[in-house]
Amino acid sequence: MNHLIRASVRCLRAGSTAGYPSMLLPAGPVSFTAARLLCAATDMQQTLGEMVKKDKVVVFIKGTPAQPMCGFSNAVVQILRMHGVDDYAAYNVLDDQDLRQGIKEFSNWPTIPQVYLNSEFVGGCDILLQMHQSGDLVEELNKMGIRSALVEAEKESK
Amino acid sequence: MLARILLCARPVSATIPALTRPLAHSTAHMDPGSGGRPVETAIRTKLTGALVPAHLEVHNESHMHAVPPGSESHFRVLVVSASFDGLSLIQRHRLVNEALREELSSCVHALAIQAKTPAQWGSNPSVAKSPPCMGGSKGDHSVEVKLAAGRE
Repeated sequence: MNHLIRASVRCLRAGSTAGYPSMLLPAGPVSFTAARLLCAATDMQQTLGEMVKKDKVVVFIKGTPAQPMCGFSNAVVQILRMHGVDDYAAYNVLDDQDLRQGIKEFSNWPTIPQVYLNSEFVGGCDILLQMHQSGDLVEELNKMGIRSALVEAEKESK
Repeated sequence: MLARILLCARPVSATIPALTRPLAHSTAHMDPGSGGRPVETAIRTKLTGALVPAHLEVHNESHMHAVPPGSESHFRVLVVSASFDGLSLIQRHRLVNEALREELSSCVHALAIQAKTPAQWGSNPSVAKSPPCMGGSKGDHSVEVKLAAGRE
C-alpha cells in the first residue's frame, strides 16, 4: 500500500494533468480529482499485478486465514489447509475497499474469494472445491513444486 | 416465510410440466411467487436465454446469511448445458457470470455456481451445499448497497 500512497503523491506533485492527454479529462477543478482517482485506480491494477506474481499461492478473501469472515472464503482456507499449504499470501478485502473493487476488475470476476496459482487466476471457492475433489488441485500444486499433504497421507495409509 | 424457505430449498426444474401452469391468458394468476422474487426470476430468465440449459436450478440462499429476511442477495445456481462441452471450469463460470453481469453488479452479492455438461449431470445428479455463513455480510457496507439495490 505504501507504493500506492507514493504513486498518488507523485501524481499530485506532478501537477493536475501531467501525463494525461487533456482530452481525457473534463476541464476545470474537477479534472485534478479525476486525474488523482484515475492515477490511483491504475496504480492499484499495477500493484495487483505484482501481488499475484509475488507468491505461488495467492488468495483474496474476506477476513484472514486465522479468522475468515465468510463461509466461502473459509472453504478456500480449509482446502489449502487440508493440502498442507500454509505458506501463501492471503489478502483481506474487507480491510481495503479499493483492493476489493480492484481485484474484481483485475480478474474480471465479480465475487470474493479469488484464488491465484502460479500467477494465474484459477477461480473462486466452487472451482477450488471441484479441483480438490477431482484431484486436479494436487496436480496443480505438484506442477508448482508443492507436495500436497493429502498425497503424503494417502501413501502412509497404504 | 417458512414456506418460501422450503420452496427455495427444494430443487425446481426448469421443465415444469404444462399441466401445472395456469392458463396463459390469465396473467393475473401466474405463479404467485415470481412477483415477489424479481431477482430470482431475472437470474432464471437470463441463464435460460444465454445457456439454453437442459436442467436449471436457482436457489435463493440469502436466508442462510446475515441479511434481512426476504433478501435476494445470495444465490446458488446449477446449470446443466451442452454449451459447456469442451470448456474448462473457469470458462463455464465466466459464461454464467457474463449472463448475470447486471445482477452481479447491482443486487447479487454472492453466486455459487455448478456448471455441468449433460453427461456430467447424468453421472452425478447432485447439488452441492453451501458452507455455513460466518457473518461477514453483517455490517458490510457493500452488501448494504446491494440490498438497497435489490429492494428498488
